[in-house]
Amino acid sequence: MASPSISNSEANSNRPRDSKRKKRRKTGADAPTGPATNIDRSRWKTESEQQVYSSKLVDALRRRPAAASPESFPVPVRGRAVRETADQVLAVAAKGRTRWSRAILTSRLRLMNNLSRNHKKHRKVRFTGDIRSRKPAVRKTLPPLQRKVRVLGRLVPGCRKLSFPNLLEEATDYIAALEMQVRAMTALTGLLTGAAAPFDRLGSGLS
Amino acid sequence: MSSRRSRSRQQSGVSRISDDQIADLVSKLQQLIPEIRNRRSDKVSASKVLQETCNYIRNLHREVDDLSERLAELLENTDSDSAQAAIIRSLLM
Repeated sequence: MASPSISNSEANSNRPRDSKRKKRRKTGADAPTGPATNIDRSRWKTESEQQVYSSKLVDALRRRPAAASPESFPVPVRGRAVRETADQVLAVAAKGRTRWSRAILTSRLRLMNNLSRNHKKHRKVRFTGDIRSRKPAVRKTLPPLQRKVRVLGRLVPGCRKLSFPNLLEEATDYIAALEMQVRAMTALTGLLTGAAAPFDRLGSGLS
Repeated sequence: MSSRRSRSRQQSGVSRISDDQIADLVSKLQQLIPEIRNRRSDKVSASKVLQETCNYIRNLHREVDDLSERLAELLENTDSDSAQAAIIRSLLM
């Protein structure tokens, strides 16, 4: 379709606009200047992104029976359900461009498959290779810096076996997304608190 | 860590990451952590940046958990009245 010279120039220009169509980003081999320029992180700071997230979150929460039915579940369990919904909506908002978002979405699929099949055997199956060949239980005395890198890899979903530059890139995007999540959920809580109070007063006044 | 032979996801051209690259990435991360940004000191070690990053992510997780619990409590009152849901929707858009 395209001549080789054109496709070469597309690969070399790291414009953020093209990162949506570029599939080669995943291997990381096409980033000579550094991996951190491809993802546009500032969108997590925009007002519109936060509003879209808030409305999608409300929709998702209303659809989830675990979050909305108080009789069957205690509050901590429902809180957990809300947290998972919030994370999933956040991962969807990332549009699959980052590893952590894909990890969140696929981990839910795996969990649902396990529950439907009643199989607890595969719960810890990971993406990257055979888990038996890479037991993390080997206690090497890692230098403290590498130990911290490992902790960071555990905190960001799906990033345990990532190389250091990619891990930092994922962590940067994840932090920005988390900050937006906190802002959106705080605003939503404020909204609901404000909306609930006058209705309660009305109800008690009328009865 | 980066010298381990990994399958397909790692950078194929670079087997060892240079110290300069690490320092550069760490300084980029440094800009994001409010703890470090507000302290106005340029000489933060990489170890400190990583530590603060982990702490920051953990704090954010905890905030999301707390907010989730509060939302769970608030939502049980909201769903019983569809007028409230309409208000929320109109305020969000």
